[in-house]
Amino acid sequence: MAPETVIDLAAQPRTSRQRPPWLRTFASWETTVVLALVLVILIGSATIDGVGDPRFYRFVILEAIPIALIALPMTLIVITGEIDLSVASTVGLTCSAMGALWQAGVTSLPLLILVSLVLGAVLGAVNGVFVTVFGLPSLAVTIGTLALYRGLAFVVLGDKAVADYPVSWTTNMIAPIPGTVVPWFVLVVAVLALLFGVLLHATPIGRALYAIGNNAEAAAYSGIAVLRTKFWLFVATGAVSALAGVFWTFRFASARADNADGLELSVVAAVLLGGVSIFGGRGALLGVIAAVALLGTLRNALQLADVPANALTIVTGTLLILSVVGPNLVRTVRERLRRRQPTPPMERTQR
Amino acid sequence: MRIGSTRLLATAVAAALALGLTACSSDSTEPDAASPSGGSGNATGTIKEGLKITFLPKQVNNPYFDISDNKGGKVAVEEFKGTFAQTGPSEGSPSAQVSYINTLSQQQTDVIVISANDKDAVCGALTEAKTAGAKVVTYDSDTRPECRDIFVNQATGDGIAKNQIKLISDAVGPDGGEIAILSASANATNQNAWIELMKTELAKPEYSKLKLVDTVYGDDKDEKSFQEAQGLLAKHPNLKGIISPTTVGVAATARYLSGSSYKGKVALTGLGTPNQMRAFVKDGTCKAFALWNPADLGYLAAYAAGALASGIITGKEGDKFKAGKLGEYTVGANGEVVLGDPFTFDAANVDQFNFG
Amino acid sequence: MTATATPVAPRTNGASIAHRLFVVRELGIALALVLLIGVTFAVNTRFLNAQNVKDLLLGSSILAILAVGQAIVIITRNVDLSVGSILGLAAFATGAMFQSSPNLPIPVAIIIGMALGALCGAVNGGLIAAARVPALVVTLGTLYVFRGVDYTWATGRQINAADMPASFLHMGTTTVLGVPVLALFAVVVLAGAGIFLRSYRSGRELYAIGSDPDAARLYGIPVGRRVFWAFVASGALAGLAGVLHAARFGTIDANAGLGSELNVVAAVVVGGVAIFGGSGSVYGAALGAVLLTTIGSALPVLGINPFWQRAAVGVLILAAIGLDRSLAVRMARRLRGGSARGA
Repeated sequence: MAPETVIDLAAQPRTSRQRPPWLRTFASWETTVVLALVLVILIGSATIDGVGDPRFYRFVILEAIPIALIALPMTLIVITGEIDLSVASTVGLTCSAMGALWQAGVTSLPLLILVSLVLGAVLGAVNGVFVTVFGLPSLAVTIGTLALYRGLAFVVLGDKAVADYPVSWTTNMIAPIPGTVVPWFVLVVAVLALLFGVLLHATPIGRALYAIGNNAEAAAYSGIAVLRTKFWLFVATGAVSALAGVFWTFRFASARADNADGLELSVVAAVLLGGVSIFGGRGALLGVIAAVALLGTLRNALQLADVPANALTIVTGTLLILSVVGPNLVRTVRERLRRRQPTPPMERTQR
Repeated sequence: MRIGSTRLLATAVAAALALGLTACSSDSTEPDAASPSGGSGNATGTIKEGLKITFLPKQVNNPYFDISDNKGGKVAVEEFKGTFAQTGPSEGSPSAQVSYINTLSQQQTDVIVISANDKDAVCGALTEAKTAGAKVVTYDSDTRPECRDIFVNQATGDGIAKNQIKLISDAVGPDGGEIAILSASANATNQNAWIELMKTELAKPEYSKLKLVDTVYGDDKDEKSFQEAQGLLAKHPNLKGIISPTTVGVAATARYLSGSSYKGKVALTGLGTPNQMRAFVKDGTCKAFALWNPADLGYLAAYAAGALASGIITGKEGDKFKAGKLGEYTVGANGEVVLGDPFTFDAANVDQFNFG
Repeated sequence: MTATATPVAPRTNGASIAHRLFVVRELGIALALVLLIGVTFAVNTRFLNAQNVKDLLLGSSILAILAVGQAIVIITRNVDLSVGSILGLAAFATGAMFQSSPNLPIPVAIIIGMALGALCGAVNGGLIAAARVPALVVTLGTLYVFRGVDYTWATGRQINAADMPASFLHMGTTTVLGVPVLALFAVVVLAGAGIFLRSYRSGRELYAIGSDPDAARLYGIPVGRRVFWAFVASGALAGLAGVLHAARFGTIDANAGLGSELNVVAAVVVGGVAIFGGSGSVYGAALGAVLLTTIGSALPVLGINPFWQRAAVGVLILAAIGLDRSLAVRMARRLRGGSARGA
């Protein structure tokens, strides 16, 4: 269902008067998220001083980049019915490793980045091995590696913060595209988003991911290499998380073992809010990207409106609950409209 | 929180300050110890009115910053007729703080008064805010000097280290023995600096019988600090004393000791608030502890912010400004303004204070 | 036992096999615990002095109570990530209650704390059972919401030992015949939950739900209602844990119990409760809690850098689920004459 939804979105403008596609487009969760984003921007610009300012978007984008990066492979993982909670710890361990290498005298930027990406891929592969070779549930495995990788990050760097990188590295990392205020790194995210988007929505591999998420056993019988596909998804998630770690280190000019602590919750929240089903088999990348943008914009806009952090915590939680209750409602409404019996989603095989 | 006798407190702390100053003459950073003016709001008069001054603590929901910002900073800002605000993340992480710096910079805040979660990680955002026209004052926990205009230091690290080692030495007694430190987070800049200075202090001949055997971290979390205190005693059977230079840590350690068989046998000192520590001073768990008045710290930071935004000072060494009831202060090396020496609380005086 | 009626999932086994699995698993954790204590004791005999044993018991009691609640939820193939926030809310509520009415009897405070927790659990359970949405997401959301309510209520306030009655604080540290009162609470909770799950029909049905919710529904078990009450129970126990937290630590701000949900889930998983439901016991979960607490206090005594602690917990989780997997596969093979293989 989901890939078609995206095509709908591109092909059918909101104003289309044909009833079934109009309904489908209107009722698709991805559209709801995009609409919500537009609404937040419009209302925000009209009522809150500073929203709509170019600098506002620069700050939102800078903040959203690590979440957006990790959300890309995470979307694919969740679509196959798995999850990776160790991503933020992978970011932390990458930061620590980079800091330690820098202190040990490795001063070549390409080498530091390369080592980080390889490390991230290895950490992802460890998750992949536990899930695919030993057949363990990814939820439990990645809770374990969440603790393990974060622990190792502290073992590697301890209580130190490594911050004496060349100023050019740290300013270049957040430098804008000439002539704009948009950080150039967003292009890296865009390229990766395109890659993952094409992979998910326009290749046999993408269709295989949905098939695995809907029914792994059936997918295996139809000749899909379920385990190998899942393994490489975990590797990709590790490598992309490491890239986020590189960005994090230079954006904040500080490598610390506790970098990005708790970021996994923001990523999972964005993926789910973007309409990806936690049970797998359903979701689209566009929705996730819109959700990352929505969360970042809303948060910064509310901050500008002097909403206290305590209330923001409640907003985040409520949005997350809405993200599962919402699509469920939308689906029920759609199915009622089509005069079909709603099917209970809860009792699919996994949570 | 429940500040009852602000007047009494102000007088007492100012007196303590003056006392401390005569005793300790360190560098040029000491204030001129003017007599207390009673806090009646007679600011210097040269601070501009209508300044937007926003406090950005390490995290909101932290009682210490509630006092420094809302009982100190706010009072001062209202005295010179500015607009006070406090904002910040609910968790104490540098990245969350950066987001708030960006917001403040967009809101055209005149001065950002910040206690930094990381001395480097917030630098980029602060520099960007300064470029956009904001002034930056750090208090409680500093950033790299080039990222801010002024640092309002609660006490010099040297003063704290001397005070803490003296207190633990007195509490342990002439025979000395093993001591340990229970710090806040392993990354806390100020804590680590103090610990280093304490080690220097311990190297002096008069403290040769004290042996520092361990440093543990309670992350400024009550529960974790409690467990770390417990772990210290399990690990070091001959431990004679614990220094916990953080309000959360010292209160947690005191509670652990007072409910255990080590009460009265293992000495404790640290930086704590009178309200949290009162019960433990009275039951003998802790003979004496120290602290500055967090409300005064916020008060001084706000005046420094006002003076900075009004062009009275620029952050150069030797700049002078009046800080309301606290009197005149001089900017020292590296743009530092020092509140004073820590004040020691013991059974004889703890009842006269009501904060924390 | 109803769970045997579901041949689809290889992890559901016959009652006797499952029971043997419990025993093997619990013996395994107990053995690990004994080994850890033994080695640490050999390094530093002070590790087992009266004070330290008391501290260990005090430290594990609250975690064990949370783990029992969590185990009940996880057995039904759900998860409750909001327990840390519920604990924080209940702890702050307890302090605030004593602050406004110092003469409140302790049992009343406990009941109010548990009721508040149960209310939070009912919000979780209601959303999950009625709106039919995944527990992982809902409780992740309420983790934020409950904590946000706690923050908003406290707004930087702190409740100190002086604000609470001495008798209440005394309860947090005192012992009866050498056993801390808090540990007695944990034992009562553990025994109650253990008997309920083992000997009551509705308790057994929780396992059936966790093994295969669809089959359980077909069998006529009111799945939604059972899951709802499992969350209410977990919430009420988190509320109790909050009250006990207030008594033990004496200083409460809005951050009490922050981040403890991962520790709780870790304790349950280490204790041999399968993360996808249907097997495990509250005894294992409680043992897991004791083991995690013991690691926390043993590492410093062993002179291991405390930075290794988190890594050790991670390794322990991976080892525990790996062990469960291999045991389950072996049991299933034996049960089906070697025909079953791990999917």
